[in-house]
Amino acid sequence: MSEIADKVKKIVVEHLGVEESKVTPEASFIDDLGADSLDTVELVMAFEEAFSVEIPEDAAEKIATVKDAIDYIEKQKAA
Amino acid sequence: MGIVSPLGLGLEHNWSRLIAGESGIGRIASFDPSDLPAHVAGEVPGGPTEAGGLTLSDWVPVKDQKKMDRFIHLGLVAATEAVEDSGWKPESEEDRCRTGVMIGSGIGGLQTIYDASITVHEGRARRLSPFFIPSALINLVSGHVSIKYGFKGPNHSVVTACATGVHAIGDASRLIMLGDADVMVAGGAEAAVCPLGIAGFSSARALSTAFNDAPEKASRPWDRDRDGFVMGEGAGIVVLEEYEHAKARGAKIYGEIIGYGMSGDAYHITAPAEGHEGAYRAMQSAVRSAGIAVSDIGYVNAHGTSTMADDLELQAVERLFGDAASQVAMSSTKSAIGHLLGAAGAVEAIFSILAIRDNVAPPTLNLDNPSTESVIDRVAHEAQRRQIDIALSNSFGFGGTNASIIVRGV
Repeated sequence: MSEIADKVKKIVVEHLGVEESKVTPEASFIDDLGADSLDTVELVMAFEEAFSVEIPEDAAEKIATVKDAIDYIEKQKAA
Repeated sequence: MGIVSPLGLGLEHNWSRLIAGESGIGRIASFDPSDLPAHVAGEVPGGPTEAGGLTLSDWVPVKDQKKMDRFIHLGLVAATEAVEDSGWKPESEEDRCRTGVMIGSGIGGLQTIYDASITVHEGRARRLSPFFIPSALINLVSGHVSIKYGFKGPNHSVVTACATGVHAIGDASRLIMLGDADVMVAGGAEAAVCPLGIAGFSSARALSTAFNDAPEKASRPWDRDRDGFVMGEGAGIVVLEEYEHAKARGAKIYGEIIGYGMSGDAYHITAPAEGHEGAYRAMQSAVRSAGIAVSDIGYVNAHGTSTMADDLELQAVERLFGDAASQVAMSSTKSAIGHLLGAAGAVEAIFSILAIRDNVAPPTLNLDNPSTESVIDRVAHEAQRRQIDIALSNSFGFGGTNASIIVRGV
């Protein structure tokens, strides 16, 4: 797992208070990890802060799973 | 009933420490108060739950804690104790819809607002937590309690500064009388012991500063050396229930709210009117609604903040009681826990009910030399065993708002 993926996972565990084992790439923040809409806003902010990236609202809306977040951040970082 | 206060966590724990004459006031520990004029406050002690300390994770899941200001944490802790104590677990949708919540706060999420202001000031508005607003809003204690227990009845809140707790309990009891609900969870929660709260009340010249080196002596209602109130934090919550409803389910009944009175001073934003005539009218109205004689009241839990206004309240109580004044005991439990602002009236109403239950008047600590003599026994230093069937509790707030509540044993 990449460094980015590790860090994303850590942030999710911390913010949603879920078991690390549940934070699989396919896990949906809302459906699987118990987040509500405000939690997801806060998560995106935490990603922005941790990775020094901007995640515009329309992009943020498409980030539904752990993998979505990792892919988006990796793409931004590669650019 | 549920209490979290500077004396600790839990109804009986608070009561036994109060009756023993212990103080919850100390040097402010949650931040360094050195730069502020007042260094003392009543803070809720930490420590294991079994020992009467606050271990927040025992009450609010860690992941939810950051979504709420501390006043909501404290409100949830006291509400949890109160609801569990009441044994009320509505199973049917109808029962849930007949159960409401009315928990207020004087100030709300002051520290949360302070922190958020800094974030915005630093140009980081886009980093502001989406939980900022729901963390600071006063009615969110009621909101969280309703969500936790599924109480779907009236969901309301009170904001009347230091009269909040009495107004919440009084208004909630009226909602039951009006038939809007069978059960109401009511009270107040406050957590304003933070730099902005202490600085603000200091600027208003409201806080004690002369006892920074002797914190336990700082809250001294009616004493000639008093120099301002000591801020406290905490929450007091009661479960109110329509009498027949409570009886039918065999509920544990601590007491009955029999009178409630309100008034406005129409005088000054922070100072009470001459002779505290607004307080007099609030008490008079409460006595009238209770349909009792003042001589039936055995104990008064005074607003008694340890400010100049103490003597005005004393005058108003003497005027209300007239010839019966020499028969009544009046104390200020703020001498032990400080002034819990929006939670004060609720915590003190609970103390009043326990005073009836145990026939004990809790003491006024530090009343060494009363600034004014009175025939009213102000229970200096030590609790007093005496017959108390009915008690009255006062709370007055900035803006000139006054509320009095009368409770009776069952």
